[in-house]
Amino acid sequence: MANTAHFIGRPALTLRHKLGQMSWGLVALLMMVAFVGFAMLYSAANGSLEPWASRQMVRFGVGMVLMFIVAMIDIRQLHRFAYAFFVFALLLLVAVEVMGRVGMGAQRWIDLGVFQLQPSELMKLALVLALARYFHGLGPEGIAKMKALIGPIILIGVPTALVLKQPDLGTAMLLAAGGVALCFAAGIQWRYFIGAAVACGAALPVAWQMLHDYQRQRILTYLDPSTDPLGAGYHILQSKIALGSGGMFGKGFMAGTQSHLEFLPEMQTDFIFTMLAEELGMAGALLLLLLYVLIIAYGIGVSLRATSQFGRLVALGVTVTFFLYVFINIAMVTGLVPVVGVPLPLISYGGTAMMTLMVGFGMLASVHVHRDTPVPRRPGGSLY
Amino acid sequence: MNRDLDRRKQFTRRAVILAGGQALLLSGLVARLYQLQVIDAEAYEVLAEENRINMRLLPPPRGLILDRFGNGVAVNRQNYRLVLVSEQTESVADTLDRLSAIVELTDRDISRVNRETSRKRDFVPVTVREDLTWSEVARVEVNAPELPGVMIEVGESRLYPYGDLAAHVTGYVGAVSEAELTGDPLLELPGFRTGKNGAERIFEPVLRGSAGTQHVEVNAYGRIIREIARQEGLPGNDLTLTIDIGLQAFAARRLQDEAGAVIVMDVTNGDVLALVSSPSFDPNVFTYGLSGDLWQTLLNDPKTPLINKAVAGQYPPGSTYKMMVALAGLQEGLIDPNQTVWCPGHYTLGNHRFHCWKRGGHGHMNMVDAIKRSCDVYFYETARKLGAERMAEMSNRFGLGEVSGIELPGEREGLIPTPAWKLAVMGESWQGGETLIAGIGQGYVLTTPLQLAVMAARLGNGQHKVVPRLARPAGGPSIPEFEPLGVDPFAMDLVREGMNRVVNDPQGGTAYRARIEDEGMTMAGKTGTAQVRRITAADRAANLSIEEIPWIERDHALFVAYAPVENPRYAIAVVVEHGGGGSRAAAPVARDILREAQRRQSARFQETPDADPVETPVVSPEL
Repeated sequence: MANTAHFIGRPALTLRHKLGQMSWGLVALLMMVAFVGFAMLYSAANGSLEPWASRQMVRFGVGMVLMFIVAMIDIRQLHRFAYAFFVFALLLLVAVEVMGRVGMGAQRWIDLGVFQLQPSELMKLALVLALARYFHGLGPEGIAKMKALIGPIILIGVPTALVLKQPDLGTAMLLAAGGVALCFAAGIQWRYFIGAAVACGAALPVAWQMLHDYQRQRILTYLDPSTDPLGAGYHILQSKIALGSGGMFGKGFMAGTQSHLEFLPEMQTDFIFTMLAEELGMAGALLLLLLYVLIIAYGIGVSLRATSQFGRLVALGVTVTFFLYVFINIAMVTGLVPVVGVPLPLISYGGTAMMTLMVGFGMLASVHVHRDTPVPRRPGGSLY
Repeated sequence: MNRDLDRRKQFTRRAVILAGGQALLLSGLVARLYQLQVIDAEAYEVLAEENRINMRLLPPPRGLILDRFGNGVAVNRQNYRLVLVSEQTESVADTLDRLSAIVELTDRDISRVNRETSRKRDFVPVTVREDLTWSEVARVEVNAPELPGVMIEVGESRLYPYGDLAAHVTGYVGAVSEAELTGDPLLELPGFRTGKNGAERIFEPVLRGSAGTQHVEVNAYGRIIREIARQEGLPGNDLTLTIDIGLQAFAARRLQDEAGAVIVMDVTNGDVLALVSSPSFDPNVFTYGLSGDLWQTLLNDPKTPLINKAVAGQYPPGSTYKMMVALAGLQEGLIDPNQTVWCPGHYTLGNHRFHCWKRGGHGHMNMVDAIKRSCDVYFYETARKLGAERMAEMSNRFGLGEVSGIELPGEREGLIPTPAWKLAVMGESWQGGETLIAGIGQGYVLTTPLQLAVMAARLGNGQHKVVPRLARPAGGPSIPEFEPLGVDPFAMDLVREGMNRVVNDPQGGTAYRARIEDEGMTMAGKTGTAQVRRITAADRAANLSIEEIPWIERDHALFVAYAPVENPRYAIAVVVEHGGGGSRAAAPVARDILREAQRRQSARFQETPDADPVETPVVSPEL
């Protein structure tokens, strides 16, 4: 630590000071959303803490601790280890690819005994950090050059391709969209985005050829779910019926007929928003959305106040990733986008996504706590 | 500094644009919710009402698995379930009380029903008990007036009438696992079962069928009022196996509690007539999920009843491998069948001494005698001349060291070592002595019992690379096109003569005591005894009898054979784990089973439906 203080020329914050600066408002918002989640899992189990709500509470508790730990980490350390972390996550993704081929059928997870690690989740955070460090190091003069595109194309392209290969379309979309949003925020010129959009449009027929049959089926079914009411369209049709029949004020907590009559399988995970909207109606859904909007607004606020480009981009990256979770999940269960398997943040039952989010919020909080800490362009280098 | 300020300004602009984009997308979601929950709410409410009614899936009956004569080895039976709708009872406790006087209910059943009725809504039926007997069903029906809210539901469940006799062939069914969920709602039906092992698993797509739908009208409480429409699904297809369940049962019982495997094949077409892995287990207990205790017992049994040893057990073939060495030697012209090798009881290579199983030695041995008496020294010498590659090439031709492709899960590859293999896998160079050890089927050499059966079948066939099959092709018996073996007929004849003498030559044939004496049914074979651990000089000196050695350290006993000698039709491989010597423990088993196979032959050719099936099924199917 003495050594970092030396080149920064500014004493590190004390733990006490950091705690004083902690984003308590964010903590309160997260707890509110998590509480909604517990209630819905309680309802999903027909009024029982088992098997979901109780475990989710434990996970949230662990996640909170993680968030606090990450929040206390000096932002310069986040900067310093950003690439290392990215390489580590990349190696795990490759490992999963290799081990998946050996057998076991599951190709997304690494079994660590205690829990199953999903490297693609780790990658969501690693990508934000790596891109933030890249653009931070590029400096104001570098961003306008065409050369500036090389880094992000590699940083985003490689992990996205690996995740696509697993195949996990939802996570790949999250990675790519989040990464592109960060490039935009970092100041890459407009014309490149327009060019990329045109190129994507042209590449669409090729991409269609490369999709797996079941993925194509999903997209076709999405376009017209009624063609396959017993097959792939079943869930989305049932989800819309459940949502729609909830009406303005819902059927009442724990009284959702669609959800509870098991027309909605796996309602505790990706389709939990459906149950919430059926039981609590549009009013309940809007309240939850409001909580999400407040969290997103808070995140953007943090990004605007940070003095370092690194801090700004980390905060915005975490926020955009969170937003994408919310948007894709709800758009999916309401039939706006194809079903891709993205959980509803802090509500869906599941440990990995919860941990990713909480560590992400820890990073956001760290940016907030260290908002005035200058970050050198290179670790160990001078500031400008 | 200034430029950094510019950068901050630029970031702020871009962040605001991004925030605007997010706001736009979120308003899209709100609009969508408004559309679904306000504008279209009424329509969806109607759909929700209909929904509660019309989405009922009819699970298709699972295809049957039949043996070659049409005997059902995996069938379906009506499963009567007792269900309770708490809304229709005055008191759940009273009803359960009255019920327990009529049918047997355990305390666990009762506490589970109490728990479920309090948790589920009142009109949702709760299962009280599965698998009622017919007399229990009758008693419940008779007492129906005193049992409001109690109903009998009929479903189907899998039954394996032969119990543990064919468990490793049929496999079993169990609850759908998370990994199997493909979006087919059929798989999400409570109580739906899929194949978990054996033929049930491999032929799952054939056996499953597809769901039908039933449109029924229900009242506000969800009770069925009437059926509106019904669309039957497609029942699963039946599957006919090549197995002869009578022979399978005979073989399984002949092995008793020994750990091991037996495979009987038709050498003309590859039909697997019996495939036994012993000990076995009762596949019926898996249908509803077995208790943790029973699972632990099965899992911890040192004789590994859950593993299909016939396809997944890998054993050194021991002396049953000597035919491969002899054939390779003859084919390559390296040995003259009349030339003898002197066996003094050991063979010296460099400064290492390799022992023959017979301490005093066999004296002068030619090739046929060497097979007959299983002289190790003769094969040390032959192996040395051949080298490991040429032995491996011949073994591969007979199906050793490669999967046969039989329609069962978990088949292992075995191992026929070569110097290249050793260098690649172990990073060490091949030692001359290892060629010798491989020449008597020891060392790195590993084969599955199925591979040994394939080898015996190809020896019996003499011309073609017979491939085993478990599923009967549609349209009755047929002989598939097999690749030619490409072995010199002269060499084949000599080796088969050696195998004939192993069994039928009273002058030192190692399996003479296990010969078949019935006219026209005689067999030719080869014994094998595979060491489980290296024999030390101390062991040699101690000369323990088999009973003095711990079971797990005893030699594996092997025997391969075909019959009848003149016109081979059946091939067999027997492996008895830790059974001691092949001639003592494996050959008599093979003899009895091959004799039974031939005894049943007339029936097999006529292919009549009830050709002497096994006496009584373990569980009667009309239960």
